[in-house]
Amino acid sequence: MTEPDANRDDPETPAARWHSLWLLTLGPAFWTMHFLASYITAAIWCAKFAGRAGSLETVRWLIGGYTAVALVGICLVSWFGYRQHKLGQATLPHDADTAGDRHRFLGFSTLLLCGLSFVATVYIALTVVFIGTCE
Amino acid sequence: MTDITQENLEQMDRSEDEAQKARLKKAWKTPEGWRYWSAVNNTEVGRWYTAVSFLFFLFAGVLALLIRTQLAVPNNDFLSADLYNQVFTLHGSVMMFLFAVPIFEAFSILILPQMLGARDLPFPRLSAYGFWCFLIGGVFVCGSIFFQVAPQGGWFMYPPLSTQYHEGLGADIWLLGLSFIEVSSLAAAVELIVGILKTRPPGMRINLIPLYAWYILVVAGMILFAFPPLIAGDLLFELERLLGWPFFNPEKGGDPLLWQHLFWIFGHPEVYIIFLPAIALVAMIVPTAAQRPIIGYGWIVLAAVGTGFISFGLWAHHMYATGMPGISLAFFTAASEAVAIPTGVQIFCFLATALAGRFVHSVPMLFVSGALAIFVLGGLTGVMVAIAPFDFQAHDSYFIVAHLHYVLIGGMLFPVAAGLYYFYPMADGKQLSERLGKWAFWLMFVGFNVTFLPMHFTGLLGMPRRVFTYEAGLGFDLLNLISTIGAYIFAVGVVILVWDVVRPKKKQPHARRNPWNAGTLEWLVNMPSHPWSVRSIPIIKSRYPLWDQPNFIRDVDEGRFYLGDAAEEKRETLITSTIDARPIQCLRVPGPTFLGLWAAVFTGGVFIFSTYHWYVAALISGVLGLITILIWLWTGTALIPEKPAKDIGLGVTVPLYLSGDKSVGWWAMFITMIGNMSAFASLVFGYFFFWTVHEDFPPDPSQGPNALWSLVGAGCVLGAWALTLLARQANRKDRAAVFYGALILAALCCVAGGLALFAGPYSSGLDPKSHVYPATVWVLVLWSLVHLAVGLIMQLYCMARRLAGRMTAEYDIDIRNVALYWHFMAITATVTVVVIAGFPRMV
Repeated sequence: MTEPDANRDDPETPAARWHSLWLLTLGPAFWTMHFLASYITAAIWCAKFAGRAGSLETVRWLIGGYTAVALVGICLVSWFGYRQHKLGQATLPHDADTAGDRHRFLGFSTLLLCGLSFVATVYIALTVVFIGTCE
Repeated sequence: MTDITQENLEQMDRSEDEAQKARLKKAWKTPEGWRYWSAVNNTEVGRWYTAVSFLFFLFAGVLALLIRTQLAVPNNDFLSADLYNQVFTLHGSVMMFLFAVPIFEAFSILILPQMLGARDLPFPRLSAYGFWCFLIGGVFVCGSIFFQVAPQGGWFMYPPLSTQYHEGLGADIWLLGLSFIEVSSLAAAVELIVGILKTRPPGMRINLIPLYAWYILVVAGMILFAFPPLIAGDLLFELERLLGWPFFNPEKGGDPLLWQHLFWIFGHPEVYIIFLPAIALVAMIVPTAAQRPIIGYGWIVLAAVGTGFISFGLWAHHMYATGMPGISLAFFTAASEAVAIPTGVQIFCFLATALAGRFVHSVPMLFVSGALAIFVLGGLTGVMVAIAPFDFQAHDSYFIVAHLHYVLIGGMLFPVAAGLYYFYPMADGKQLSERLGKWAFWLMFVGFNVTFLPMHFTGLLGMPRRVFTYEAGLGFDLLNLISTIGAYIFAVGVVILVWDVVRPKKKQPHARRNPWNAGTLEWLVNMPSHPWSVRSIPIIKSRYPLWDQPNFIRDVDEGRFYLGDAAEEKRETLITSTIDARPIQCLRVPGPTFLGLWAAVFTGGVFIFSTYHWYVAALISGVLGLITILIWLWTGTALIPEKPAKDIGLGVTVPLYLSGDKSVGWWAMFITMIGNMSAFASLVFGYFFFWTVHEDFPPDPSQGPNALWSLVGAGCVLGAWALTLLARQANRKDRAAVFYGALILAALCCVAGGLALFAGPYSSGLDPKSHVYPATVWVLVLWSLVHLAVGLIMQLYCMARRLAGRMTAEYDIDIRNVALYWHFMAITATVTVVVIAGFPRMV
């Protein structure tokens, strides 16, 4: 969706598109999905398959896979964010009353949120490095 | 000749200015006499809301003093064990549900429109309804202690303690009273999200909005995902207590841990729902005190949004001691440590801003400094207890009591006190006393630390929380006495603060305009303020327009921006586009009414009568509530304007009516339904939770529900959905016959779908009292049935609207919003049937 009157042709005044706002939440959304998938997988594995003393070996590989997907996703989103942030010549703090600075600001915030999501996802993944059973 | 013309022109200007002000004044006039209570304007409702939340705070504070008095010495008999349980339960519940969350809604309703240069929020009557719900529910819950029937299970009300061991109405009062208040929180969340996204002043692009608005946007979004799980949990809990459906009873397959999950999926984000708005106040106060723009605006947005997400991954860190697998604990430890990152980032931004600017000493800044100091200490113990092995030692001890009070008082109460001193002139036109403020601060700061610092040691020595007394000689005696003395010092500070607010100020002159020399829009307010808020709605070009935009206040005051007039003497505010804030609509907002109050009284009746099992009275109250809400909708919403568009000044003309995804009502419906979906998802979570903990859930061989009936039910509901969409299209093309035909068929499909869904478990003879499996199936069906009933009323309402000429092909808000509701209805019914009838056949 595009807002009315936005000048789509001028690269310095990018249109106000919804996806630039949603992009902001995409990095943390990857973290959320990764967290939930890891938690649910481990919970079901321990409750239904492995039992209380069972090994987490399969779950480790699964969570390793989730982590790879999540981190690649976060890196992709941060690349989009970075490109938005670097549009044109302007530098931080992106507080001018222009479509360009609005665009750069959303890109910069996306980038920062991806950084946080990356670290938080690695934190979650580290748990299966240290814990090997359902105990 | 020229001079005379000039003079005439100026005179004309002045008289026009006076005429415009008179029209604005008439449109926004606050009702007088007993009708004052029909006011819905944000300034009135915001003030009532703030005052009432503070009253609840003082009430819960008195309860805290009773607790500390009882614990001052060992083997004390000041309170009985029974009364003590009621006192600490109400203290926690009232502080959390009736002060900490509502105060942010109250503040936001009061100051957010001013911050956005708006005349009001888009749904003033909804705010008023929310306030009255809050007042009625709050008085009901608090009043219970005077009849010795207050809840006793602690503020998280764990079963089986509160299902099997507590006689009486206490738990019902807690569940129903607080569920009712959660309705008002959801109403506020809808209001605030739409307010921030759609009522910003022209030019206030998303990179220029005040940080307060960013925080509130995040928090309101969090409410949509955090409160509904508790509402779902309350529903299960009440079904168990009132009807004996055994969701939490292990003898019949239930599991008390489900309540803990649902409660903390709400409860942990709630800590951040409390903390973020308070820190948002800090984000407004610090730049003013430093007299410079905030450092790291983007970083603070990162902190707000990041915390909003990660705070949902922390819930089970309240459940470390329940015996979950180590790996699950580790996930929650990891997330709990990660949330410290964004929390720390914003604190560094505030410190950097304060240090980089010209620091002006003031009472608000004193409270902010105290808040940061206390909160950082609470945050550090939080990082400690987030680590499972440490928590095993500290769990349910006074160490936790110390930690949570450091977090909540540092993270919420002190910033709120700062906000009170800072924003008070906006509400009253007068400033609070600096001398009294300093006294209040130092007494509160010292008293707080004297009370709660020793509790860390009391806890580490082994004193459990929630015990009504303790033996002498265990090492607790002196520490407890010190805590009690501290609590009284703290209370004296609070009394001074309260006195400063309520002391007569008639002789005190009004504060000068923008008393703190702030840069943000809310300080355009006149001292005293006008009910219409701003004289004209300005064009914004900076994050701090009062500092950066030349002649800004003069231009606003002279009505040189938008909507400087109310030509039709109607209440109007500007709706702008979400990202770049371009004017897209002139929204007529409704004026004073008692309908919101009556709707709250009747909906309150449903909850309150149900508590006492007076189901007939509850039913009558519910019907009256429904009628009131229908009258409210019929007379006050989606009104067809007398002309399609309006000149709002500066040569801009915008429509007076928008429907579909451009209308604020559509947004409100969408946001409400997101919240609704998260409650439904919590019930589905319950089903799968039981699947993971039981070998025989769903039972094999299948006990039901009947798959055919369930499928027919889903088919009918999907048919009703498709027909409702067809009716929407037909209405837009003005084909009346198709419209009515489709809606009549849709209504019939809706009824048939409801009956078939009911027949699914009914024909299989599933008895919800016998075991948790049938109870879980029934609760999902029940949820769909209630929503189908609402969907049916909506369909009939749309037919009536068109018949009455209140909805046309062009002015079609009603059917567009109803179609949106039906999208979610279709999802609800489909998921229900897939889960109850499909899943047993998959496993």
